[in-house]
Amino acid sequence: MKGYSTFSLIRNALGGHRFWKPVWRTPEPKDSYDVVIIGAGGQGLATAYYLARKYGIKNIAVLEKGFIGGGNTGRNTQVTRSNYFWPQSSAFFDHSLKLYETLSLDLNFNVMLSQRGVLNLVHSHHEFEGLRRWANAIRINGVDTDIVTAAEVKEIVPLINMNSRFPVHGGSIQRRGGISRHDAVVWAYARAADAHGVDIIQQCEVMEFAISNGKVTGVETTLGKISANQVSIAVAGHTGVLAGKAGFRVPITSMGLQAMVSEPIKPCLDTMLTSPVIHMYVSQSDRGEIVLGGGADVYTSYAQRGGIPLLEENVAALLELIPAFSRLRLMRQWSGIVDITPDTTPIMGMTPVQNLYISGGWGTGGYKAIPAGGDTMAYTIANDEPHSLITDFGLDRFERGVLIDEGAASGVSH
Amino acid sequence: MLRIPCPHCGTRDEVEFHWHGDAHVIRPGPEVSDAEWSDYLFNQNNPKGLHYERWCHTFGCGQWFNVARDTVTHEIHAVYRMGESPPDIDQ
Ligand SMILES: Cc1cc2nc3c(=O)[nH]c(=O)nc-3n(C[C@H](O)[C@H](O)[C@H](O)COP(=O)(O)OP(=O)(O)OC[C@H]3O[C@@H](n4cnc5c(N)ncnc54)[C@H](O)[C@@H]3O)c2cc1C
Ligand SMILES: [Zn+2]
Repeated sequence: MKGYSTFSLIRNALGGHRFWKPVWRTPEPKDSYDVVIIGAGGQGLATAYYLARKYGIKNIAVLEKGFIGGGNTGRNTQVTRSNYFWPQSSAFFDHSLKLYETLSLDLNFNVMLSQRGVLNLVHSHHEFEGLRRWANAIRINGVDTDIVTAAEVKEIVPLINMNSRFPVHGGSIQRRGGISRHDAVVWAYARAADAHGVDIIQQCEVMEFAISNGKVTGVETTLGKISANQVSIAVAGHTGVLAGKAGFRVPITSMGLQAMVSEPIKPCLDTMLTSPVIHMYVSQSDRGEIVLGGGADVYTSYAQRGGIPLLEENVAALLELIPAFSRLRLMRQWSGIVDITPDTTPIMGMTPVQNLYISGGWGTGGYKAIPAGGDTMAYTIANDEPHSLITDFGLDRFERGVLIDEGAASGVSH
Repeated sequence: MLRIPCPHCGTRDEVEFHWHGDAHVIRPGPEVSDAEWSDYLFNQNNPKGLHYERWCHTFGCGQWFNVARDTVTHEIHAVYRMGESPPDIDQ
């Protein structure tokens, strides 16, 4: 892999940018691989990268039905944080944030991590009490978070309307939280995985599994049969579809989650602002766009387009909170199909089929989990047993009755 | 915007309704294994394509009913009452 450096940038600029080379190959699929990963979103690519780099497995393919990062990883709003309530979640998501903190250096690719803080608002006295409990739990878990008063909120976000329909009572902030650039994360992992010999095969949809005696032996794809010793599913909204083809059911509902951006404006919002109650979160991208999102359309959907009622609700909530944005025009609106579990905790690890693994149920929050998801799934595949950080995230937790009800505990969906 | 034909009130906007997941799920008896019970409790059909699902006209007549809807196109093929069996849909 040719590294990027200031020197290489200058040299290519002087060459009029005509001499950049493709940064990953476009290989034909081989007949067989040690490991096949289905889905080239952030989760699948990161898993392939860590498998190759940390465990020395060289014969790996990532199969993608569309283009890399074309699923939720290229559609999300980039919130990166680790302020989760339950100890298992904190440990896992903070591992991910730590990996994000050095990712640009590790992968020699600027993922533009901006630790601008994630500020959660509360709108009533009682909600504030709940938030204190949440913040204390997070601190006991060893993750940074601070309670901020209403006056401090106003200082951090001068544009905010404190006397909105739901007046702002205060909030909490994780200062290490923030955003990064989603496409860069995809490209960084793809380039690094390719450099370690991973075949990234796009326009290749997995249609069926080959399973004999309860053990997966390969996949049928639109480009033909590929045999594999181990197969891992990392297909987000399509997890239920692929699990069905492998003969088991999962507690996942696929729903459309939308986001939108305004036209670009000058810098005016330098934190990630979120309100669980009015169900809206907003940040400003490096290009100046106001990036806005909220809840999912609450019915099963594979349509990848958001419903109008929720769009309207999101915009209304934003304008109540930051009236100055009422002059902005929306430029784009889109949706991704998110894989929601009953306890909003991901499903990771083993499946009822031998040598078949799963990384799904990421729902509305799996972007921040890409480095840790890849790292722990790589361990899981290499050792055929769950990594210690994800033993509680297994599919078997539903049967055992030990759910990790993170949505209810944290009250935030991203 | 989904326009949903409530069997009691006629066609209304989706915001008047709540979606409640798979229709025709039968609760097993107390004698079943943990695996069967958790399958009943948690697992979803979640199909890509035709879905038989329950909706409630929460902000209208308050009645529950079934809908046969395509989860890719969002087209509603049929609406039928609770207790009726799912209609055959030609796709
Ligand atoms: C609007 C929106 C906002 C979000 N905001 C945030 C946020 O702020 N912070 C956060 O942490 N998370 C957020 N998320 C969630 C996050 O984007 C996802 O959880 C995460 O990207 C999941 O990564 P993945 O690799 O599992 O899935 P994806 O990136 O969706 O990748 C799965 C890939 O599998 C492919 N695939 C599917 N079926 C097949 C098949 N049969 N054969 C081959 N390939 C197949 C798909 O084409 C896709 O490319 C958001 C999501 C959306 C939609
Ligand atoms: Zn009605």
